[in-house]
Amino acid sequence: MSTLDISPAKPLPPPRPPSRLRRILDSDIFWSWTQSPVAVGATVVALTLILVALFAPLIAPYDPFNPATLTLMDGFTPPASKSAFSDNWFLMGADHQARDVLSTIMYGSRVSLFVGVMATLFAIVLGMGLGLAAGYSGGMVDAVIMRIADIQLSFPAILIALLIFGVAKGILPANQQESLAIWVLILAIGLANWAQFARTVRGATMVEREKDYVAAARIMGVHPVLILFRHILPNVLGPVLVIGTIGLALAIIEEATLSFLGVGVPPTQPSLGTLIRIGQQFMFSGEWWILFFPAVTLVLLALSVNLLGDWLRDALNPKLR
Amino acid sequence: MTAPLLDVRNLSRDFDVSRPWLNRKLEGLEKVYLKAVQDVSFSVNRGETFALVGESGSGKSTIARLIVGLLTPSAGEIFFDGQSLAQGLSGAEARRLRRRFQMIFQDPLASLNPRWRVTDIIAEPLRVFEGGMPAPARRQRVGELLTLVGMAPEDGVKFPHQFSGGQRQRIAIARALAANPDFIVCDEPTSALDVSVQAQILNLMKKLQQEFGLTYVFISHNLQVVRHMANQIGVLYLGRLVEVGTPARLFEAPRHPYTRMLLDAVPDIEMTGRRRKKVEGEIPSPLSPPSGCPFHPRCPLANDRGRREMPLLLDGVACHAVEEGRTRP
Amino acid sequence: MTEPLLSVRGLTVEFPTRHGILTAVEDISFDIMPGEVLGMVGESGAGKSMTGNAIIGLIEAPGRIARGEVWLNGQRIDSLPPEAMRAIRGRRIGMIFQDPLTSLNPLYRISDQLIETIRTHLPLSQDAARKRAIGLLDDVGIPDAARRIDDYPHQFSGGMRQRVVIALALCAEPDLVIADEPTTALDVSVQAQIIDVMKELCAERGAAILLVTHDMGVIAETADRVAVMYAGRLAEVGPVRDVILAARHPYTAGLMGAIPRLGENLVRLNQIPGAMPRLSAIPPGCPFNPRCPRVMDHCRSHRPALSPIEPARKVACWLYPEVTEA
Ligand SMILES: Nc1ncnc2c1ncn2[C@@H]1O[C@H](COP(=O)(O)OP(=O)(O)O)[C@@H](O)[C@H]1O
Ligand SMILES: Nc1ncnc2c1ncn2[C@@H]1O[C@H](COP(=O)(O)OP(=O)(O)O)[C@@H](O)[C@H]1O
Ligand code: SF4
Ligand SMILES: [Mg+2]
Ligand SMILES: [Mg+2]
Repeated sequence: MSTLDISPAKPLPPPRPPSRLRRILDSDIFWSWTQSPVAVGATVVALTLILVALFAPLIAPYDPFNPATLTLMDGFTPPASKSAFSDNWFLMGADHQARDVLSTIMYGSRVSLFVGVMATLFAIVLGMGLGLAAGYSGGMVDAVIMRIADIQLSFPAILIALLIFGVAKGILPANQQESLAIWVLILAIGLANWAQFARTVRGATMVEREKDYVAAARIMGVHPVLILFRHILPNVLGPVLVIGTIGLALAIIEEATLSFLGVGVPPTQPSLGTLIRIGQQFMFSGEWWILFFPAVTLVLLALSVNLLGDWLRDALNPKLR
Repeated sequence: MTAPLLDVRNLSRDFDVSRPWLNRKLEGLEKVYLKAVQDVSFSVNRGETFALVGESGSGKSTIARLIVGLLTPSAGEIFFDGQSLAQGLSGAEARRLRRRFQMIFQDPLASLNPRWRVTDIIAEPLRVFEGGMPAPARRQRVGELLTLVGMAPEDGVKFPHQFSGGQRQRIAIARALAANPDFIVCDEPTSALDVSVQAQILNLMKKLQQEFGLTYVFISHNLQVVRHMANQIGVLYLGRLVEVGTPARLFEAPRHPYTRMLLDAVPDIEMTGRRRKKVEGEIPSPLSPPSGCPFHPRCPLANDRGRREMPLLLDGVACHAVEEGRTRP
Repeated sequence: MTEPLLSVRGLTVEFPTRHGILTAVEDISFDIMPGEVLGMVGESGAGKSMTGNAIIGLIEAPGRIARGEVWLNGQRIDSLPPEAMRAIRGRRIGMIFQDPLTSLNPLYRISDQLIETIRTHLPLSQDAARKRAIGLLDDVGIPDAARRIDDYPHQFSGGMRQRVVIALALCAEPDLVIADEPTTALDVSVQAQIIDVMKELCAERGAAILLVTHDMGVIAETADRVAVMYAGRLAEVGPVRDVILAARHPYTAGLMGAIPRLGENLVRLNQIPGAMPRLSAIPPGCPFNPRCPRVMDHCRSHRPALSPIEPARKVACWLYPEVTEA
């Protein structure tokens, strides 16, 4: 035993890991973010819009949905001007109902973002669950889930959302349709988008499943469900994050489209899409601001989120680094 | 003499490599099976190392996976400490047996979960087999294990990608040892490492074997490494054992023509100026193995019998020429 | 004395990264004589491939040759424009990589790839080029070459594919072949065949070889001289027999001792402690000093230059009085 090179010294327990913030700031991802002007710009725009939407009740100059505060004569006040009839001043003008366009946008982004985020989360949870199940178990389960996904992917998402929305409308009692509309919308958009996630997660799961760290856990007899959630799930999150971000931009646009078509959120709770629908009635009568500002906000929101997704995809792709 | 710890009897494994059902029906094809392992028998004594050597595709990893239960045999049986592993391992008994064997893999990076800290990786067997162990004791044990494999307890907070290949393999070894197993299957544990690091890992594995009385099944394609590690060696060709013996016997007096060919192909690092015989041909596809002796198309000693008849493993070698006492074509 | 075929002088390859400039290859100089086989050996990450790629102008951005010169047959080639370099690759320098599929396009028949390469570099008709291609495949030991030439790469086994790559590397009669781990992906028995083919054909055609590998065994079988690399620098250069049987540099000695031998049965292998440093943490002084069993104080602060200690033999180690500071 004199040949041993390692003396069993008194070992110490390992120290605590460094803080999460430290790790994020040290990471290559963060560094690549600081190196990309597009990513930084997109983050600033997206964050600003999200914060404004989040704190709309606190920072909006008017409460556009409280009829008591509206002065009807202010209607159609142009941007950056004072109303001819009251002391109210409108940065982005006022619409036909005398609501401040800036404030309606703030409240509208709130609805749009809420629907977009919830629908995407729903799609992620559903798609990831089915994708993990399909990828890990293979065989029949895989075949059934993926054929459904294939069929769904061959139709435009908006068509599917319309269909689901229509079915839900038929099922729900009329008196609840208004209050439940937003949830039906989330359900419809989420169901229209899960297949992307399922497909990606299934592919990644099939790759991870064959890796030796999974084999090591199987040899120990770790339960398949634990293997799926503790081992495989953390390793397929990267691609989910990427398509999740791009999916969020898509969901926001889909919500706007549905609301524009008049099947989305009720007019009492207008989203950006509803605002655009209202605005387009006045496009040719000269009151351009009622359409213009909501439309620009929607484009900024969708574009910035999408650019972030694109950057994230490149940053996480080891081949490009 | 005590009973062997591992006894493998007539082990076979086929893989279904047919085209998908629809293609088969449309193109009128039969089902196709690849015979990865055929009729392999060997036993491993306690505290010893049994090495399996062979070229890629010869079925080494398949045998390893069969032993640890990642694959089920198509035929044959595996006995571990007298108990048959095939008889549906269930419940408490399965757990008791499972904690006694472990596996070390070729690619140390792929065998460690990239999203887990080293501490959690090494502690996984403890969590599975010693659920009652309190967290501080577990962390203490992980520190001990890291020290045992020549690393520092502080390394536990890092992630696998922060280490070199050799260190990753040390981490994999620490995980394998965590639940005090007595049997480890090592599938090419040093094939992805540089020679100087390989020497470190081989020395460590030998040291641990002495210290804890471990039994190894050691798989490699490298004859020098096998010679260094093994008490018994089995040479595989196309899924069959063609020769079994001690290193001394196998390397000083190889009997099977394939063993001789393999030895001849090992580069002459001592610069003795030994002239190599040219290696003939290549390994045939396992999907359409030759009739009779699988080695006959490349064998200088093959005769008609070899083309028709499969030689049996007699006295540690499966070769008609040896059986018939022929050493010359 | 004859002129060297390839002469590398002070070659330095750098990678600018977020943490500063990494030097992957530092101040490397060596010569290859016409028809000579020079083995370049070292652990993975030592900078062997980077050296080979620098010679043929294939360093990927953001990497760059920061200093040094490469001369081929008296012509300086490290500063040539990309088109001129492309003409040299294939025509005057043939290349063989570890993965045959880096050289072979899986979508084209072997015949198309060989004939195209031959006709790019040599003034031959389609038929003459095809004849030549079949002859080459025959030479590299592909049975039934006239028929197999119209197969696709995936229809060949790994060893057969590497033979095709050798044919491709030799088809324009280059003066130098750079082979980067040509046998690493292959089994020992196939490896032996490939080494034989490569060595024989180059000898017949008088082509020199720069053989890059981590496998001392391959070097022992193939090379005339060997250059040992460690952490981006040359540690030792000399005739292969001398270096293998009587290593001068402690790293070479450690490397040789770490190889298990067929002929002996040791309880324990000689091991070099630690691991090769990452590029970002190469120690000052001799890069090997933290792992060196014979380290002296001087080694920790002064970097030894590769210096001649015997005729035909160079070492970068302070144990030898002839060695100068880098
Ligand atoms: N899951 C599988 N499906 C089909 N064929 C397989 C599978 N696993 C291994 N094989 C085949 O079985 C043979 C033996 O493989 P393997 O045991 O991995 O060999 P080795 O480890 O000796 O290189 C090979 O021909 C391989 O292609
Ligand atoms: N694109 C790159 N950026 C930074 N470092 C690199 C890059 N490519 C290779 N390297 C580093 O250069 C060193 C030399 O690599 P290489 O020449 O491939 O080694 P070898 O062929 O000896 O194994 C390695 O340490 C590697 O990590
Ligand atoms: S210079 Fe010093 S440290 Fe470097 S190899 Fe020679 S003796 Fe060892
Ligand atoms: Mg294998
Ligand atoms: Mg390399």
